[in-house]
Amino acid sequence: MAISSRYSIISLARNALNYHRDWQVAWRSPEPKPDYDVIIVGGGGHGLATAYYLAKEHGITNVAVIEKGWLGGGNTGRNTTVVRSNYLWDESAHLYEHSLKLWEGLSQDLNFNTMFSQRGLMSLAHNTHELREINRRVNANRLNGIDSEVLTVEQVKAYCPILNCDPKSRYPVMGASLQRRGGIARHDAVAWGYARAADARGIDIIQNCEVTGFRIENGRVRGVETTRGFIGAKKVGCVVAGHASVVAGMAGFRLPIESHPLQALVSEPIKPVLHTVVMSSAVHVYLSQSDKGEIVMGAGIDAFNSYAQRGSPFVVEHLLNALLELFPTFSRLKLMREWGGIVDTCPDASPIIGRTPVEGIYFNCGWGTGGFKATPGSGWVMAYTIANDRPHRLNEPFALDRFVNGYLIDEHGAAGVAH
Amino acid sequence: MTRRNLRLADRGRLDRSQPIRFIFNGRTYYGYKGDTLASALIANGVALVGRSFKYHRPRGIMTAGSEEPNGLVQLGQGARTEPNIRATQIELYDGLVAASQNCWPSVGFDLGATNNLLSRFFPAGFYYKTFMWPASFWMKYEYFIRRAAGLGKAPGEPDPDRYDKTYAHCDVLVAGGGPAGIAAALAAARAGARVVLADEQAEFGGQLLHSRSEEIAGRPAVDWVAAAVAELSTMPEVTLLRRTTAFAYQDHNFVELVERVTDHLGPGADGPRQRYWRLRARQVVLAAGAIERPLVFADNDRPGIMLASAGRAYANRYGVAVGDKVLVFTGNDSAYRAALDLAEAGTAIAAIVDLRPDAGGPLVAEARGKGIEVLAAHAVTATRGSARLEGVTVMPLNAAGDGVTGGGRQIACDALLMSGGWNPAIHLFSHNRGKLRFDERVQSFVPGEPVRGCHTAGAMNGAFETADCLAQGFAAGRKAASEAGASGEAGSVPTVTRAEPAESPDRVLWIVPSDKPLGEGGKHFVDHQNDVTAADVALAHREGYRSVEHLKRYTTMGMGTDQGKTSNVNALAIMAALRDRQIPEVGHTTFRPPFAPVTIGAFSGHDKGDLFDPIRKTPMHGWHEKTGAPFEDVGQWKRAWYYPKPGEDMHAAVAREVKAVRAGVGIVDASTLGKIDIKGSDAARLLNMVYTNAWSKLEIGRCRYGLMCGEDGMVFDDGVTTRLGEQHFLMSTTTGNAARVLGWLEEWLQCEWPDWQVHCTSVTEQFATVGLNGPMARKLLAELTDDIPLDDAAFPFMSIREGHVAGIAARVMRISFTGELTFEINVAASYGLALWEALMAAGEKYGITPYGTEAMHVLRAEKGFIIVGQETDGTQTPQDLDMAWIVSKQKPDHLGKRSFLRTDTARPDRKHLVGLLTENPSEVIPEGGQVVAELKNQPPMTMLGHVTSSYYSPNVGRSIAMAVVKNGRNRMGDTVYVPLVDRVIRAKVTEPRFFDLEGARLNG
Repeated sequence: MAISSRYSIISLARNALNYHRDWQVAWRSPEPKPDYDVIIVGGGGHGLATAYYLAKEHGITNVAVIEKGWLGGGNTGRNTTVVRSNYLWDESAHLYEHSLKLWEGLSQDLNFNTMFSQRGLMSLAHNTHELREINRRVNANRLNGIDSEVLTVEQVKAYCPILNCDPKSRYPVMGASLQRRGGIARHDAVAWGYARAADARGIDIIQNCEVTGFRIENGRVRGVETTRGFIGAKKVGCVVAGHASVVAGMAGFRLPIESHPLQALVSEPIKPVLHTVVMSSAVHVYLSQSDKGEIVMGAGIDAFNSYAQRGSPFVVEHLLNALLELFPTFSRLKLMREWGGIVDTCPDASPIIGRTPVEGIYFNCGWGTGGFKATPGSGWVMAYTIANDRPHRLNEPFALDRFVNGYLIDEHGAAGVAH
Repeated sequence: MTRRNLRLADRGRLDRSQPIRFIFNGRTYYGYKGDTLASALIANGVALVGRSFKYHRPRGIMTAGSEEPNGLVQLGQGARTEPNIRATQIELYDGLVAASQNCWPSVGFDLGATNNLLSRFFPAGFYYKTFMWPASFWMKYEYFIRRAAGLGKAPGEPDPDRYDKTYAHCDVLVAGGGPAGIAAALAAARAGARVVLADEQAEFGGQLLHSRSEEIAGRPAVDWVAAAVAELSTMPEVTLLRRTTAFAYQDHNFVELVERVTDHLGPGADGPRQRYWRLRARQVVLAAGAIERPLVFADNDRPGIMLASAGRAYANRYGVAVGDKVLVFTGNDSAYRAALDLAEAGTAIAAIVDLRPDAGGPLVAEARGKGIEVLAAHAVTATRGSARLEGVTVMPLNAAGDGVTGGGRQIACDALLMSGGWNPAIHLFSHNRGKLRFDERVQSFVPGEPVRGCHTAGAMNGAFETADCLAQGFAAGRKAASEAGASGEAGSVPTVTRAEPAESPDRVLWIVPSDKPLGEGGKHFVDHQNDVTAADVALAHREGYRSVEHLKRYTTMGMGTDQGKTSNVNALAIMAALRDRQIPEVGHTTFRPPFAPVTIGAFSGHDKGDLFDPIRKTPMHGWHEKTGAPFEDVGQWKRAWYYPKPGEDMHAAVAREVKAVRAGVGIVDASTLGKIDIKGSDAARLLNMVYTNAWSKLEIGRCRYGLMCGEDGMVFDDGVTTRLGEQHFLMSTTTGNAARVLGWLEEWLQCEWPDWQVHCTSVTEQFATVGLNGPMARKLLAELTDDIPLDDAAFPFMSIREGHVAGIAARVMRISFTGELTFEINVAASYGLALWEALMAAGEKYGITPYGTEAMHVLRAEKGFIIVGQETDGTQTPQDLDMAWIVSKQKPDHLGKRSFLRTDTARPDRKHLVGLLTENPSEVIPEGGQVVAELKNQPPMTMLGHVTSSYYSPNVGRSIAMAVVKNGRNRMGDTVYVPLVDRVIRAKVTEPRFFDLEGARLNG
């Protein structure tokens, strides 16, 4: 990256004197080359991170990221931005913790402030069963070297004073787990930061270019057909979230993935009142307050399958009921915007990252409701997998063939909460 | 500050008989009924109302409606305070208290305004480029950024007000009660349709409420509105919803509305504060009107600068002049109407600055005729004033309209009315996936292809003349009624009998040039609330954030509480010009609900506190409560946890209960277990598929325990199912899973086996279930029944008998979850308490002891019985649980069978259910403890599994625990460790059974 285009307080001040006339584009918009060493299909956070780490970690820079719409327009720009690594199962914990460690240096690495705010993340327990599960998870986290602790109700109250801890409430808070290193980040900045950093390493980012098919010869990929013509590639990594099954269909194989709408909402902005992330699976809501001041909320998926980026109103209603159960002082705040994304869910609620039945095609999908937090780690292992044509030990357990051999990593029962 | 009075003597729809007192920023003012807080503030000369989001610039009222970006206030006090309320929508009531927000110490002197001085360093997205060094400092930077951001303040106490919600249906919903909406409602209602007409304002009429000269059907427009509303209100099938915003248009004509029922009466009024309507309409007519577009010129944000239509509404509807000397700045004729009306009311018009070189229609002529100076082909290039506008600089435009030719003239004025044209309010249409079309004439987006069941009319179609609104509305209402099946006579279209002068064409300049380059002097605000300027749009373009979505997200344009109602189209047009594209090529961002922000309490309505989720109680709940039993939440159920005697803690009570069961007789309320009645010729076939064991040969009158697995072979429920007849079974499920199991059965029956003859009915709440456990159970029960033989031969284990207990018809089963001799008595729910009390009375001499869920858990753990959801978490096969015996080898198929053959599922060293006995017999391992084989000084440590259940067992005389442990069955006798935060517990791996290993107690 040229010195002049680096972001810093000094460059900001220098450009201010010049009325910001000299800022460069964050990434170029080149015409596609006839062929690349690697094509990444999907310009969301995971895809862009994959491209970045291909260049940074593996020196592979003859790479294009092709995106059918605009960068970060899928779930990267539609989620509730929760970042944590306190997963129960070893396989998940190692992957998400690797990701969390990358998050911790990401702004500096990308020279783009992703506003990763380690404000802590609390998962509430509302019954004896949840208390037991929280203890189980915290014990597992600690033995995996991940920061995690159990809070009593009194500690919960002290940590988040506006939370309703009334023992007479319908589902009283009985305790919580807390990961202090968890938090939130600015979702768009993650996509843009990776795009800019990847571009700076010579990677072509091509928006408004939709993949319509694969060219496959003798079981090996030769390139992709797109709305802007054929683009050759030795290897193709597909990171297309909710449309994973559709793109896999183009390559001639099926994925055990169902796509569901997942909604999120924000309140109007208010002065800071909530200083941590709160999640509750029994009352069924999770929330945080953005730096801009909005309360950002989410809950569960809509049960039906869909590719439309919107969900059912009753889900929103239930979510807001749950919000007021936990935060009765939010009753007079106002809902400002609601939206939906399409999440790609696997039967075991864990992702698929690895090789596929077609030589040279790799898939990274199935992140379901929790993909944002994994963005750096996901891109990192995907880049390793593509570069070496074999998975890294961190993503080896997340292979597609686990649905044949039964080596499932079932986070449904284990994680309890969706995010 | 000197008090000013801008009230117009003979204008407005106000009740001037009684002044209303209100307080703004601690100061008392007066207004009238019919005022909004905005109109009352303007009347009192208060121009400075708030501070902007980012630069903390002084801001005043800009609009007269729900599109207001600037005039947001903190309304009310204490528990009833509310942030970010648009002053333009607050109807004035006596005692109203409001304050400016986002400023400190006061709106007049705000320290945050230093941001404005430094604004050159804070362009769009500046925060992505800095605050990165040192890395550890972000949390500190963030602390200050968060405090500077936000707008108003959340209340600190729970909401004291009530909210309501309702479901409704109608033939035709008309959203918007202006001329088009009223005409649509009239046509539809007269045709016989059931109509709901909703408008967000306090009065129907829309723009007609501030029309002065128009006449409809021979009378002044406002009189026609009154007559039309009167006609509608006499029709029994018409519902008129004032102060009601249709805020979301979902699939299949499902529309969400919020009615502000008593907000306008002030705090503590009778009735719910707001009502959330969930309305399903056969047909929808959208008549949402249009929102005026601000002009994007230098420093177009000073207090006193507002939309021309707002200026007209304040004069004609609210009886307020927006200033003493008003300058009008426009590219179209509609703003002339405001100038003319104000002039007629006696307000001085400083000048009309018109972007058009050829301004010359009848309205322009009328203005000139009244002696108003019209400066054609001119532009406002600068504005002055802080707390209030003081004057502007006007310069002639060059021919292309992209520059000025110098020679600035200073014009003093204390208000500026601007108009850049009109944007149809297509928000609701777009929610429903309606595609938009860019209309060259109105230079904005209008509804494109019609959507089924949805009709649009009036200004939202770009039809701005009243006659067109009436005609389109009437036609839409008639068509909607007819498509909804109402075909009565609708009469004829209301006609405009006296029209306002026709308008000549607009000139649209998306950026009004000044004598300085964009961004180098003066701020051309596009999004007033989020402080996004035209220079920010240009910066976004320069840096590559050119997609409209990137533009929005990078600059925060359109992301405020107004969601860009006044700014979106301007921003898109500016970006289109920078990209050298047409506006439709650039496109627009997605319109999402809600149209305007909606109070969260309204969604919740009464569904809070105890009504948040239904509380399910057993028929004996009151008895448990009277005994002082604490309850445990299990799903929606409340279950008695234990029954403490005076002085007992939980530990002591549970110890007493579990001993009493094994020594005499215990009684437990098991009514919460799920019960599903299964009937049909394929009932046994269904059970054969969903359970792992065989059911065809189960005799009538016999019970069998079953495990259900998912397709992945993992256990997900268990329970005892009884054959009541050849084609009739009664299934029991775990308490928490009852609904899920019924859903599971239905999913298979409906999706995979639709031709099977079998029906499943939940009967959980039809029965009360009481378990009598212990060696004395038979003796006790014998006293209360004379038609059920209780000896082993006549009533063997795992069978059912019907008869009477305590005179109550009962189904009695011999099944056991404690390992003791057990009779489970099921009676009609209404007899549950009578049965319980009879058993308690008769059992007194046997020392009958009620026990709760905790004792139940200890008793079953002593026997090694699993609890699904505790010993299992969706990753255990029956084989893992040492229950291979329950998986039929003979059955051709059952759910999960295929998965048992998968290599990983068939592995012999999976996690197995085992027992753990601590080295120190009095130490109880906390449940959830992780088990390791090798201790290390620090993490990571390889975990083998975890402790699922752990109790102190008085019957065994030591602590007992169950755990799932990798390869556990081959670790019998091994020592393992459970590392906790503060200590490590050593334990020995054993069989997961601790008491009565031979099962001798089952028969008493």
